[in-house]
Amino acid sequence: MRIRAQVAMVMNLDKCIGCHTCSVTCKQTWTNREGTEYVWFNNVETKPGIGYPKHYEDQEKWKGGWQLDSKGRLVLRSGGRGKRLSRIFANPDLPTLEDYYEPATFDKDVLVNAPAGLSDTPVKQPRSALTGEPMALEWGANWEDSLGGAHERAGADPNLVAMDPEAAARVKFEFEKTFMFHLPRICEHCLNPACVSACPSGAMYKREEDGIVLVDQDRCRGWRMCVTACPYKKVYVNHSTGKAEKCTFCFPRIEAGQPTVCSETCVGRLRYLGIVLYDEDAVLAAASVEDEHDLLDAQRQVFLDPRDPAVAAAALEAGMPQEWVDAAVASPVWRLISDYKVALPLHPEYRTLPMVWYVPPLSPVLDAVGAAGRDDADADEVFHTIRDLRIPVEYLAELFTAGDADAVAGVLMKLAGMRSYMRARTLDGTVAAEICEAIGMTGPEIEAMYRLLAIAKYDERYVIPKAYSKDAAALEAQAAATADCSLDCEGGPGMGGDGPGEGASVPATVERFHLVDDAGSVRPGRKALFERRSDGRLGLTIDPAGA
Amino acid sequence: MSTLLWIVVPYACLTVFVVGHVWRWRHDQFGWTTHTSQLLESRILRLASPLFHLGALGVIGGHVVGLLVPASVTEALHVSEHVYHATAVWGGTVTGLMLVVGLTLLIVRRRMTPRVFRVTTRMDKALFLALGVMAALGMTATVAVNLLGSGYDYRETIAVWFRSVFYFSPRSELMTEAPLVYQLHALGGFVFLALWPFTRLVHVWSAPLAYLWRPYVVYRARRGAVPAASPRPAEVRDRVGPGAAAR
Repeated sequence: MRIRAQVAMVMNLDKCIGCHTCSVTCKQTWTNREGTEYVWFNNVETKPGIGYPKHYEDQEKWKGGWQLDSKGRLVLRSGGRGKRLSRIFANPDLPTLEDYYEPATFDKDVLVNAPAGLSDTPVKQPRSALTGEPMALEWGANWEDSLGGAHERAGADPNLVAMDPEAAARVKFEFEKTFMFHLPRICEHCLNPACVSACPSGAMYKREEDGIVLVDQDRCRGWRMCVTACPYKKVYVNHSTGKAEKCTFCFPRIEAGQPTVCSETCVGRLRYLGIVLYDEDAVLAAASVEDEHDLLDAQRQVFLDPRDPAVAAAALEAGMPQEWVDAAVASPVWRLISDYKVALPLHPEYRTLPMVWYVPPLSPVLDAVGAAGRDDADADEVFHTIRDLRIPVEYLAELFTAGDADAVAGVLMKLAGMRSYMRARTLDGTVAAEICEAIGMTGPEIEAMYRLLAIAKYDERYVIPKAYSKDAAALEAQAAATADCSLDCEGGPGMGGDGPGEGASVPATVERFHLVDDAGSVRPGRKALFERRSDGRLGLTIDPAGA
Repeated sequence: MSTLLWIVVPYACLTVFVVGHVWRWRHDQFGWTTHTSQLLESRILRLASPLFHLGALGVIGGHVVGLLVPASVTEALHVSEHVYHATAVWGGTVTGLMLVVGLTLLIVRRRMTPRVFRVTTRMDKALFLALGVMAALGMTATVAVNLLGSGYDYRETIAVWFRSVFYFSPRSELMTEAPLVYQLHALGGFVFLALWPFTRLVHVWSAPLAYLWRPYVVYRARRGAVPAASPRPAEVRDRVGPGAAAR
């Protein structure tokens, strides 16, 4: 057994209102630079929908993730090492900008500088943020927001295509009754990352201490195989620097014990952060399970129970501080995944063992209960509806359990049961023993789960132990000897090459996140499309007369 | 003049080549990349880039054999002059054509696709110009002189001079008799080497062959000192919020 810790996330989808605050704050923090205009480390999709980039879940097309070969061995879907190197001159499975969207900006000076007394209202025209040319806005990262255009396009959702045609047709019919939910997505920081495995340069790596997957910007050579290999399409090419970039799990914040920016700013408070302990030696076997329906359980079994004294002892033995073991015991992520078993991984069939899990949304099911003329507060009726109306359970199953509808139904029944139990408890003061029995949980367990899902406070939602070093004493000595060593460190822990190593006394603050000090200097010789104006705003440098 | 062209320039260019690479490696790891633009344009690239790269690999191989392997070695291996000549000319023509077609398509693509043109740096333009000139001279030498013309046995002159540069006993007199197109190509070749470390061509040295035997998943320990823990919002509130002074 080789014990490791992983910082992981769970999102409770029932609470997502699709406000995109996570996306916006993430973008402001990490990708508001030239070359990353089209990049969203965090994006919120509306499901059903084709997503961002378009049809990213269609692995027949994009060749992301892992699969089992004819001998049952785990291989990257994009092929073996030799095949990958043979495609290094041109990667046939790389999404182009059209598969994401062409980023646009607006020439707002036209409005600001419009003279008085015009007979027509001045109009700001969309222009490509890449070329400055006028363009038509035809797609964006959240173009399908709240089912926009779904009647035309959502039939192409890969999850629907995978379903039984009759059921899929019924889901499509349900669009008109607005069966939908929001799906916020970040990098999954997988236990078996396909992107890392496909990186020819060895520039991508998983951190030993907290499992965060990063791109070493100094070692990336721009071979772009990671983009293809990631089935979630959460590694991006920065077209300005020619290097791969991805969600960093806000590692400078995590190291300081703070939640990620997307979690911190989440309006619905639906994100949970904590660590899970797992056995690295068990990862390959879990990813290689033959039956896709067994993947969920196999992935759960990779995790180790931190309350087991043997596990705790092994963790300490491996160099983890006591604080980390305590955090693993208190981890809300661990509780939702392994205790209550209400969190599910996104597309376990990609076999990457993703570490961002989701509590599936009950609300579309409740809508269906109401639409069927049943009482959505009655656990029995909800249970029956979940069983009878296979929609949208089968759709959720395509997303979270590799198509195993029973597994998703089980989770939904737990959530519905919790709802009814708490209703009876609050309104009537009674304990609904029959519900406890039906969902296999005790009353106190249900109440604890309710508290965690419904009203958990900041410190309960985010249990993040401070970063540690396996050789802390040596590092402290080194830091003392060379007070200003940080900028010279080669191959630092992540983007920008250097970690926040300015010494133990400096708090990690948001202000230190900027990947480059001066975005305009990233590409010498490239004409700047934007210039920093005296008022501090970025202005588009286009001659209105030439337009 | 002969000393300048065939002794001073080669050594100057080789010095720039070596020192330039050391400097770039030490100071610009961040800029050391293929600088892929496939994200911005994929259709033409998928044909042009493999054509260019495979052609270039063939051309490089041809130069290595032609310049570094002395005629005495091929003779010892019982490769007749006729077989050698035919292989060199036809191999050079085919791979050279692949390179030229690929390069032409890449240049057209770069110029005609506004997105790609915008991410083109001055060094890229210099590189494309140098590649174009070198390819044109090289193809002239191969096709016009050796395939269609009377032929020129560069192995007795240019190759000997080229090797002599690396033995540090340059024989510049061998170059004065060579045809002009060969002289230009040889001189251009050294200038091209001097340009190399300052362009995206450095990605050649990062050809990821080690990937073939590396374990799939790479683990790395975090580096640098441990940052201080940041206070929780509640702690900040208690410290600076209303009523804090009263406590």
